[in-house]
Amino acid sequence: MTDVAVRLENAVVMQHDFPLLSGVDFVAPVGSLSVLTGANGAGKTSLLRLLGGLVPLASGQGTVVGLSLNGDDRRALRRRVGWLGHEGSFYRDLTVRENLVFAARALERPLEDIAPALERVGLSARTNTLTKSLSAGQRRRLGLAWLLVRRPELWLLDEPYASLDDEGRRFLDDLLADVLAAGATVVLSAHDPLRSAALVPQTYRLAGGRIVESS
Amino acid sequence: MMKITQRLLGPVTLALLAFTVVMGLWITPPDTLLDGGGNYGRLLYVHPALAWVALYVSFGTTTIASGLYLWRRTRSMTMDRIASCAMEVTTLFIALTLITGSIWGRPTWGVWWAWDARLTSTAILGVLALGYLALRRANDDPADRARRSAVYGILIAVNIPIIHFSVVWWKTLHQQATVLTATGQVSVHGSLLLTLLVSFVAFTLLFAWLLRARYRLEVSRDTARATQQASALAQRQREGA
Amino acid sequence: MIRVAWLVARKDLAIEARSRVLLWQVLPFGALSLLLSGLALGPNDAGKSTSAPGLFYLVTLFTALLMIHRASELEHTSGTRESVATLGLDPAGVFLGKTLALTLELWVTGIVLLAGSVLILHTALIGTVHALPSVLVTLGAMGAAGTMYGALTAGVDGPATLLPILTLPAFAPLLVAGERSFSAALHGGALWEWWVIVVVALVGYLAVGVLLYGVLEES
Repeated sequence: MTDVAVRLENAVVMQHDFPLLSGVDFVAPVGSLSVLTGANGAGKTSLLRLLGGLVPLASGQGTVVGLSLNGDDRRALRRRVGWLGHEGSFYRDLTVRENLVFAARALERPLEDIAPALERVGLSARTNTLTKSLSAGQRRRLGLAWLLVRRPELWLLDEPYASLDDEGRRFLDDLLADVLAAGATVVLSAHDPLRSAALVPQTYRLAGGRIVESS
Repeated sequence: MMKITQRLLGPVTLALLAFTVVMGLWITPPDTLLDGGGNYGRLLYVHPALAWVALYVSFGTTTIASGLYLWRRTRSMTMDRIASCAMEVTTLFIALTLITGSIWGRPTWGVWWAWDARLTSTAILGVLALGYLALRRANDDPADRARRSAVYGILIAVNIPIIHFSVVWWKTLHQQATVLTATGQVSVHGSLLLTLLVSFVAFTLLFAWLLRARYRLEVSRDTARATQQASALAQRQREGA
Repeated sequence: MIRVAWLVARKDLAIEARSRVLLWQVLPFGALSLLLSGLALGPNDAGKSTSAPGLFYLVTLFTALLMIHRASELEHTSGTRESVATLGLDPAGVFLGKTLALTLELWVTGIVLLAGSVLILHTALIGTVHALPSVLVTLGAMGAAGTMYGALTAGVDGPATLLPILTLPAFAPLLVAGERSFSAALHGGALWEWWVIVVVALVGYLAVGVLLYGVLEES
């Protein structure tokens, strides 16, 4: 059983002939918290998308949750990771609960896990609200509720603290602490350093599509 | 051996085309077999060969190359290049087929365009070919473009027989089989038959020649793109230094 | 595959039931197009039922393009695409589910337009009812084809303008077969060739979709 959730060696990702990632070396142990920082366009989102199997590896080597990024079957990888992007999740014309029921049935998770997840993220009162009526912060919480239902091995969060107020940030810190304590691995991107004393991340600064500094 | 073949392809093609032109325009007698015959019948040495290449050789090449791209064992950008280059040549040959068909049709049917089954189905296939090219131009990511084009290439292969039979059952005015009768007997003789057969070979080789030329251009473009990508990668790495 | 197909079909139909785009945008467009087609024939020919089958299918074709575009764009709005991708759904199941939902929506549209053709284009009621089975199967073939072409064009430059040029040539034989079989139902004539065309098209597109939809998902 490997103790490494993510291993990348000289990973390059190209899109429209532009190198989004220009040779990333990155290792994330199981159960760790990694924070990616850097200016806009540094490659943070691209790195998360690579780890999520959402973009192909152009060159280099990589394994994520034991699956090779060099193979053709990125679908198998995508089923094992949890993704929270900038934008809202799922279908705007479905309610909060309908989205979660769809996703739970897709991955054959018990529907009974939905209500506690909504309670945990503070969206119980919005169960029957259309997703398009939620605020940006509430859509983030819906995405987090989905991750709680899925319980993936690897959590990939793209700027999860954006659009959150202080209470929202504390909520997310607590949630991540619980998730890490349960053994999941978390990789997230952020513009600002994490404030919580309970979270002890490994921080990686990206620039020019590569990791240039770690602390 | 391959190099010799490639070197001879152009000269042999030109020679056979020249033979076809000379025989077709000056040596063979004005045709009396085609409806509306006379000198318009000399289009017999061009139109069927163009149609043969467009509808079978060229589309077939694209379909096979698309299938080979989709099959993991043979997936490569070579197959994508062959498929796309063949489709460009297909478009040219379809256009020439329709133009020569119209030129023959005007004195025969009295109109430039008639709702003949084969003309109509060829025109529809021409739009399919244009659609393939439009799809490629709507996407500049090479891998994504190759995937979508390959799937569309297979869909075209599914469409071709459906379009053909639907339109043929709908209506047919076209010239009936000229070379072979219903019993398989050859009905065109002598110099006409020779010129006709040579024209098929000549236009097939012309397709191969054009495909090769277009393919080499595409390889040059891909080589230039790879150089640009390497340069972009180095530049991007310097951003982080 | 069947489980996923059913899940996706229910999701698409739930979205449609909630948004009501079919009811408030697509059906009015179809009805208006039927009216315009009558106007285009001129005052002497506007009510002639001989033109009706062709006009019905022409209008259905253009209406279908709207629905295909909408169905494919459901999966490609920002954020939705990534979230759904991480579900790792069986692509063959997704294809069948989206085809099923699109076909049901096309059936609703087709039935409304058939009623329109009886009212506006004066097709005989009995003949129109006899044409219903061939209409439904033809629309099924359009649904399968449309799901594939919609996926082909989603996410590229200008999907709304690219979709027609890819889809309409493929729809041409369905237009021919549909019109001929509708005409045969109204005025008599051979039917079997047109059923062959439609059934072969339906089976062909279903087979290609099940095999190749997953390739497009990676795009």
